[in-house]
Amino acid sequence: MSEETTVVQLPDATKLVVSNSPHIRGGETISKIMVQVLIALLPAAIAAVWFFGLAALEVMALCTVGCMAVEVLWKKATKQPTDSWKDGSAALTGLLLAMNLSAGAPWWICILGSLLAIGLGKQLFGGLGYNPFNPALVARVALLVGFPSLMTSWVVPNPGKWLACDALTGATPLAALKNHYPLASISDLFYGNVGGCLGETSALALLIGGAFLLARGLIKWQIPASFIGTVALISGLAHHFNPELTPPALYHVLAGGLMIGAFFMATDMVTSPMTANGALIFGFGCGVITSVIRIWGGYPEGVSFSILFMNALTPLIDRYTIGKPFGYIRIKKETAQ
Amino acid sequence: MSDKPRKFKGGVHPNDSKALSASKPVQTAPLLEKYTVIIHQNIGAPPELVVKKGDLVKKGQLLAKATGFVSVPLHAPTSGTVTALEKCHGPTGLSVPAIEITADGKDEWGSPFEPITDWQNAEPAVLKQRVADAGIVGMGGAGFPSHVKLSPTKPVDTLILNGAECEPYLTADHRLMVEQTEDVLRGAAIFARILGLKTAIIGVEENKPDAIAKLKELAGKYNVTVQSLHVNYPQGAEKQLIYALTGREVPIGGLPMDVGCVVQNVASAAAVAEAVINGHPSIERITTVTGEPVVNPGNWRFRLGTPISKAIELAGGVKYQPAKLLLGGPMMGTAQNSLDVTVMKNTSGILLIPVEQVSQYTSEPCIRCGRCVEACPMDILPATISQAVENERFDWAEQLNVMACIECGSCSYICPSHRPLNQQFKRAKAEILAAKRNQQKK
Repeated sequence: MSEETTVVQLPDATKLVVSNSPHIRGGETISKIMVQVLIALLPAAIAAVWFFGLAALEVMALCTVGCMAVEVLWKKATKQPTDSWKDGSAALTGLLLAMNLSAGAPWWICILGSLLAIGLGKQLFGGLGYNPFNPALVARVALLVGFPSLMTSWVVPNPGKWLACDALTGATPLAALKNHYPLASISDLFYGNVGGCLGETSALALLIGGAFLLARGLIKWQIPASFIGTVALISGLAHHFNPELTPPALYHVLAGGLMIGAFFMATDMVTSPMTANGALIFGFGCGVITSVIRIWGGYPEGVSFSILFMNALTPLIDRYTIGKPFGYIRIKKETAQ
Repeated sequence: MSDKPRKFKGGVHPNDSKALSASKPVQTAPLLEKYTVIIHQNIGAPPELVVKKGDLVKKGQLLAKATGFVSVPLHAPTSGTVTALEKCHGPTGLSVPAIEITADGKDEWGSPFEPITDWQNAEPAVLKQRVADAGIVGMGGAGFPSHVKLSPTKPVDTLILNGAECEPYLTADHRLMVEQTEDVLRGAAIFARILGLKTAIIGVEENKPDAIAKLKELAGKYNVTVQSLHVNYPQGAEKQLIYALTGREVPIGGLPMDVGCVVQNVASAAAVAEAVINGHPSIERITTVTGEPVVNPGNWRFRLGTPISKAIELAGGVKYQPAKLLLGGPMMGTAQNSLDVTVMKNTSGILLIPVEQVSQYTSEPCIRCGRCVEACPMDILPATISQAVENERFDWAEQLNVMACIECGSCSYICPSHRPLNQQFKRAKAEILAAKRNQQKK
């Protein structure tokens, strides 16, 4: 009787990899994170096109492609591997930059902005993970200082009429405030039927994106909560004691760049604190500075300045908010005895 | 204690992959011709040989005696002849001294110990001596001598049995709790008697409902409470288990007894029951042989000194070449480069993992997402410590409490930039300890 002999195959020991534990990984990658943030920006991008037409799409495309191109060129020029554009971080910076520009921004502003964001804001400091300031905001503020009139003239929204983008310019709700123009209605602010940057208009679209970010665990709730909460509190108090000085808190919360700033810019992982308590302090600081600039300062809007300022404080905040490790309390008690 | 599952702070949720072997009953591995028993299987001092080449030994006979308090004796896995005393491939990749025993096929017991059948009334000191004599160590992976933990120098009010088995893939403790429920509980009762305690708590992760049900059925008889635990890695880490069950935090650098606890692994408990009631020393253990490449993953009772190659053969070999061979689980296990390593008292698993699971990630810059901070069960800041280590600032790493790290690997597991965090912390800890030793010398 011939029984079939089954050959037991053993692993080839010479082909075994030896490395440190853990031997399995969670499967999270940088590009997965970046793509999810890009998805979260989608409602705001769609709203921008709805209100400002194809011109908005053009600005977004120019900035996104521009940032990726600058990333590749920089890496080429500095003789580094050029595949870092694939991680999605440059595209995200580009889209965020577009969100900070007007639909009427000329093409060269988009390209210059990309150069400033990726070159000055990111690569000069060593690239992804090493930049102390939010790259998109670096570009925004540099452009604001360099081209004040271009950067503060806004296209009047023209909902649903995609091609009809005339270069009619108007004031933003916050500029109206500074110059005592009639104020926009709260519902216009909420849906986005107001002048401003692409990403400054529709609070609704930004809230949808923000909810997605929170649900996916991509941002810490502490930053938007304390940022928006602080602005609401300070502007609310200011309005309560002097209604002439400033409109009610809700106007401040919905107008300008607060929503995009609180959910998308201040929460940038690289430039915000890592600890939960640090995030609360960070958001609070952003809120205070924003409110002070808006209510008492010379500029109509203070969100980007406040975030950049707090970016600079992030290492300090991180250092002083290091929590006590597990098992620390007992040690202290015992040595005290 | 409530029925609500307990948990600790932080942790990660890897796919547990236990289904491969969880329902496979434990099989006893057939007697081999040769066993290569590694001499130093415990934390602490290595035992000292008492046999020489050519000696005839009986199953359970003493091969090496303990040298000091933190040390355990070693016994023969079967009857036969000592055919070689030489070095063999150890689990850390280094060559280690071992005893080769060629079996005579009779598998005759030398019966070194008198069974203590009336253990409920036996002297605690006698029971403790038996635990020490039987060479029992922490079989969950650490290999720390069990009798040392049973000699606390501080008052202890809680005995905890660790049945969490939080490492993915491993099911050895699971099967043990299902199939030898009574042994585990008896062992717990013996531990309690030694410590002068009336009760014990056994913590089991929720993903082992059959084990929890069986334990609950019999636990009352032995005054043991069964507590289910959240499925969260590293639930089975001593400090995390104590916190989940009692809410007490073991101080950094401290021991469970500092918070009045003693923790023992369930497999060690079963081994103690065997040693006390049947008089058999620790010469075998249940090990899971598993992983996607394995033909028939399952759980086997192996004798000490069984080569890994034989264990994999019993599991039907592999369907395809695995990328890694691990002793232990995928989170904390050690990668092997040889099939000649043999089963030891703390070998809970022999795991083969395919290449998809071990993609050679290149490490990218930290984007400070903070996931490692959330995952760290010790509440330290892995990302910041990693920065310190990269700059060789070990003093800074120490200030950031790197010494509290339990090396569970949760941070490395979760990192989207695939940074070698766990590896860096191991290095930092070694550097800090080395610097301390140098300072003491001066």
